[in-house]
Amino acid sequence: MSDIEITLNVNGRDRTVSVPPRMTLVDCLRDVLRLTGTHVGCEHGICGACSVMLDGEPIRSCLMFAVQAEGHSITTVEGLLKEDGELSDLQDSFWECHAMQCGYCTPGMLVASQSLLNENPEPSEDEIREAISGNLCRCTGYQQIVEAIQMTAKRRREGASHG
Amino acid sequence: MVDAPANLPNYRYVSRKRRTKEDRRFISGRGKFVADVEVPGMKHVAVLPSPHPRANIVSIDTSAALALPGVHYVLTGDELGEATNSLFHGLDLPNVVWHPLAVGMTRYAGEWVAAVVADSRYIAEDAAELIDVEYESLPAAVDSEKMLDEDQPLVHPAHGTNVLFRKTWTWGPVADDFASVTNTVSYRARWGRSSTVPIETFGVVAKWDDTHEILDVWASIQMPQYQDQIASALRIPMNQVRVHNDVDVGGSYGVKRGIKHTVLVSYLAKKLGFPVRFIEDRLDNMSGGDAHGPDRIFDITMAFDDEGVIKSMKIRALDDVGAYPGRAPLQLGKPITALCGPYRVNSIEYEAISVTSNKTGQVPVRGFGQSPTNFAVETGIERVAKYLRIDRVEVRVRNLVRKDEFPWQIPPGSRYDSGDFHAVLESAVKTSNWDDLIARRDALRAKGRLAGVGIATCLEPGGGNNIFEFLFNPKLEITTFVESVLIKVDPTGVVSAMMCTTTSGQGHETLVSTIAGEELERDPDDIRVLHADSLEALPTRSPVASRMAIVLGTATSKAAREIKSKMITIAAHDLGVEQDRIEYADGEFSVRGEPARKLGWNEICHIAHKQFHRMPPGHELGLQAYAVQQVPGAGGLPNEKNEVPLYPCFSFQAHVPLVEIDPDTGKVKVHDYFIAHDCGTAINPDIVRGMIIGGVAHGIGAALYEKFEYDVDGQLLAGTFVDYLLPSAHEIPGVTDIEHCTPSPLTSLGQKGSGEGGYLGAPAAIASAVNDALAPYDIEINELPIRARDIEAALFEKTQ
Amino acid sequence: MKAAAFDYVRASSIDEICRLLADAGDDERKIIAGGQTLVPLMAMRMARPDMLIDINDVAELAGIHDRGDHIAFGAGTRQRALERSDVVSERLPLLAKAVRNVGHIQTRNRGTIGGSIVHGDPSSEIPLAALALDAKLVLRNLSGETEIAIDGFFEAAMVTNIEPDQLLTEIRIPVWQAARVGTGFHETASRQGDFAIVAAAAQVELSDSGSIVRAAVTVGGAAPSPVKLHTLEAALAGVSPDGIDALMNLVDQDIDPDTDVHATAAYRQRVARKLVSRALADAVEEAGK
Repeated sequence: MSDIEITLNVNGRDRTVSVPPRMTLVDCLRDVLRLTGTHVGCEHGICGACSVMLDGEPIRSCLMFAVQAEGHSITTVEGLLKEDGELSDLQDSFWECHAMQCGYCTPGMLVASQSLLNENPEPSEDEIREAISGNLCRCTGYQQIVEAIQMTAKRRREGASHG
Repeated sequence: MVDAPANLPNYRYVSRKRRTKEDRRFISGRGKFVADVEVPGMKHVAVLPSPHPRANIVSIDTSAALALPGVHYVLTGDELGEATNSLFHGLDLPNVVWHPLAVGMTRYAGEWVAAVVADSRYIAEDAAELIDVEYESLPAAVDSEKMLDEDQPLVHPAHGTNVLFRKTWTWGPVADDFASVTNTVSYRARWGRSSTVPIETFGVVAKWDDTHEILDVWASIQMPQYQDQIASALRIPMNQVRVHNDVDVGGSYGVKRGIKHTVLVSYLAKKLGFPVRFIEDRLDNMSGGDAHGPDRIFDITMAFDDEGVIKSMKIRALDDVGAYPGRAPLQLGKPITALCGPYRVNSIEYEAISVTSNKTGQVPVRGFGQSPTNFAVETGIERVAKYLRIDRVEVRVRNLVRKDEFPWQIPPGSRYDSGDFHAVLESAVKTSNWDDLIARRDALRAKGRLAGVGIATCLEPGGGNNIFEFLFNPKLEITTFVESVLIKVDPTGVVSAMMCTTTSGQGHETLVSTIAGEELERDPDDIRVLHADSLEALPTRSPVASRMAIVLGTATSKAAREIKSKMITIAAHDLGVEQDRIEYADGEFSVRGEPARKLGWNEICHIAHKQFHRMPPGHELGLQAYAVQQVPGAGGLPNEKNEVPLYPCFSFQAHVPLVEIDPDTGKVKVHDYFIAHDCGTAINPDIVRGMIIGGVAHGIGAALYEKFEYDVDGQLLAGTFVDYLLPSAHEIPGVTDIEHCTPSPLTSLGQKGSGEGGYLGAPAAIASAVNDALAPYDIEINELPIRARDIEAALFEKTQ
Repeated sequence: MKAAAFDYVRASSIDEICRLLADAGDDERKIIAGGQTLVPLMAMRMARPDMLIDINDVAELAGIHDRGDHIAFGAGTRQRALERSDVVSERLPLLAKAVRNVGHIQTRNRGTIGGSIVHGDPSSEIPLAALALDAKLVLRNLSGETEIAIDGFFEAAMVTNIEPDQLLTEIRIPVWQAARVGTGFHETASRQGDFAIVAAAAQVELSDSGSIVRAAVTVGGAAPSPVKLHTLEAALAGVSPDGIDALMNLVDQDIDPDTDVHATAAYRQRVARKLVSRALADAVEEAGK
């Protein structure tokens, strides 16, 4: 039951850490790598606050042990920022629409939303609600989040047509 | 999106679409929540919960836990109970002793019996499993209605009864009013044990700073008198407690109380000499933390004339506060503020009964008890309409306080400050296309579905005057709920404001910067808002009770106006004119009629800080002002008739949902939701809108999904997110809202509260819609949450 | 909510997995694939294996193969891969309908078909579809490979008939080759994405004249494990679709519902009939097209 050394690529950087097998990925990200943007909500796979991308797909980082992420790439909310540190269009839309209140579910929501838009650039409202239905928010009632995702899709569409 | 109210004054920043100050850090993953606070050397706590609802603790053997490598200490209730004072109760209950860890007896399944301090939470949980507790299990008191009998097991034997509070008030001529009309309806309405359950659990980090002899506390807190209660429990003076208010709080809506957690870790940190952190996990939170809300049975009779005009009501409310009351019983008191809702009722009898049980203790929840009461009263309005076969909207129209009647005093003494209830109701009807909605309902019904349109109106008292506490406990002779702000302008002209509490999503930094910016004509984006720690802070009572826009907002206006006045004084002196000749606009102070004679904003700041020779004689150097704001329109004790004005400002709203029910499964789908809303001047429209819709979502949860269910033996059946059901984006519909603005005469810019309203009205509106859908079957369900199985069972019974 | 300590092995082959299982002795060694059921149980310390054997690196345990009369799924195939698979949507539409109701995108991205079957949650969706279609399960241990029928695999709630030294490697789901085949899947859950309170899966084959040639019907959430409605299936054979509703009382023959925090036994019983009826109606309609 001794610690295991693993290397995982987090937000584009290879990180090598030594962790006990039972440490969840979210605890590794937060407590070992000090990437505290990803939040812990329920630790039993319901609330979605800990959502990160594993090899580009959204997953719950409380339902995965860090040792299982060896050799995989992880994207957290910190990795959604553009390379120059500026906000991504999705993050900017979340701000513009005030798609949060307390901000606790926000990183997970952004990850779920980003994953949706990667796969489906023009989602319907139903598709948006489906994509974020695994992420619970207690503040907003979800509407401003839905609007932020719609705004991002619209901006991308318009940006593409102008560009 | 929100339509700007037509009568909006020409504000620069207030009520304008503007980005919030807080969101930027959250979207970039840079929020600073308590679990992100890292204090060097800190150790981690796990607690051991009791598996028994009621048991004597025979013995506790901690030796195996202590022997585990990485474990530093194991604390039990006996030690902590000796070393600390009982935690605070709102009622005067000298024989109800409450400590963070059970002493001698456990009173609910999940109560903490011991706490482990270890190098990591992982090790702490390993050690907690190794603590050997011998219990003598006892029968539990579970059914709240039986608590009025004498033969129940006693939750607090020293108290002698499970009834904590029972009192009847009569405001106005109830007997005469009942005699004066021919019609009454009597009914029972039941509010299930639900709560707001933030996605962040409660957490706290404590450090005893031996150098300065100060206890530092970082916590996910939203509670009045937090530092007072920490000091009192730990038997240290308040000036040795420093609560850091700059911690982002991951949602609260009332429940983030955490006093027992805080006393626990503070004691450990002080005793052990290193920082200690306790972040609840979800199991800790749901069974042993501050998660549970009101659990209430209402028995109500309304007396009304043949036109449906309600003259009087008798309300009996029985509330189960669980094992340790804390402030929970006072949640029967706050609803007195708007006990008859927005209706012109002449007299009210109110019996409030608070009982204790072997369940997890109840804590304050969004609205502080108002939402259950609004649901119960609205249920009665529906009953009256049904009894007289009057349209449900019309019966409300006939009873609402009229626009020209404000300020309107209700029997218990609250004075509704302002409003245009009829216009807002009409707007809800219009926005929802009520007739179309009814047509859609009927079309669904024609296809064999069950469908219903709901209606509810509700008042949201705002401003947080806790004089209702006095009605429940005369020892709490507290007549203010103060809030403060300090504004400073530095020598370079930039503005900072210091508020005195934490924030849990309400956007206070945006509130303060927007109002300060408006008053000073400075861009709010350039105004920095800080959260003073509790030793630096001016008087404060925390961001509860939909009060920050009202009290902190008005304080901000006052402090900003004082800054402006000081700058005018300096300008007048420097320009050699009387003060009343100075005009301020767009950052320039000029002499009226002589626009060339002027001083810029920055120049005055420079003078104030650095040029004594240009300052008016005797004038304070620098540019700073603070305001300590009393709750407007409040401050007295009740009169001999027990009448007292409670909250000062009253927001109003009307809700209209359309629901469809699957007749085979009983499952409810909320299709559409319309709300018309008036909270006076909305400081930031996006924040107000989010609060309303989020509150509606909470209300839908309480109405249809959420309940801390117990079995007959007192075991909690809903202690995880698998069993306690928080609605997702599928369950919450799109909400259409329309804003009105009836400014409050009591606040600086006409603002009122908006943090609770959606939650106060939605449960009643959803129940109304569900019962409309069930009306063809003559079924009425007045117990929340109304779950699929309840509906299916009722339909099955009727159709057999 | 931290798991008890365990040893971790990331296996690279089926043989290695079987050897680790065979060598367990008194240890409890558990396979971890997606972990979406196991990890919450471990977080609550309701499961506390001594060793986790991670099978995610074993490439041969993942993949969807069309083998003509059946589709073979590597046990470690992600639920999301099922959802995105054209083979599944075209050849096993019942499974496609079932998988859309499983959890949320984040859990389907990790959760596997094999994990869902091996855990045997009484109301999970994938076992219902697999059971309806008489899937075959391929189990491996050091002594070799066994193919068993899925009917009888689900023993009780969260208990399945797999030996501690066995690994589920493949799920083989038969494809009905007839021209007129239709499917239906209905469930009711407290919230969309939750485990079903009650779920029903049905697949029917119709004759040219429109009568039912054969029917496969399963129900979840109405017994300690997913159940196949053998009595109803037998009665449906040869029946005209108009006669389906008259047979719905037969649903009761094979179910054994219980009361819990989500629903009463009576509710599950009544709703099971309704959802079976709906699933069959959809299946008949689809087959008739």
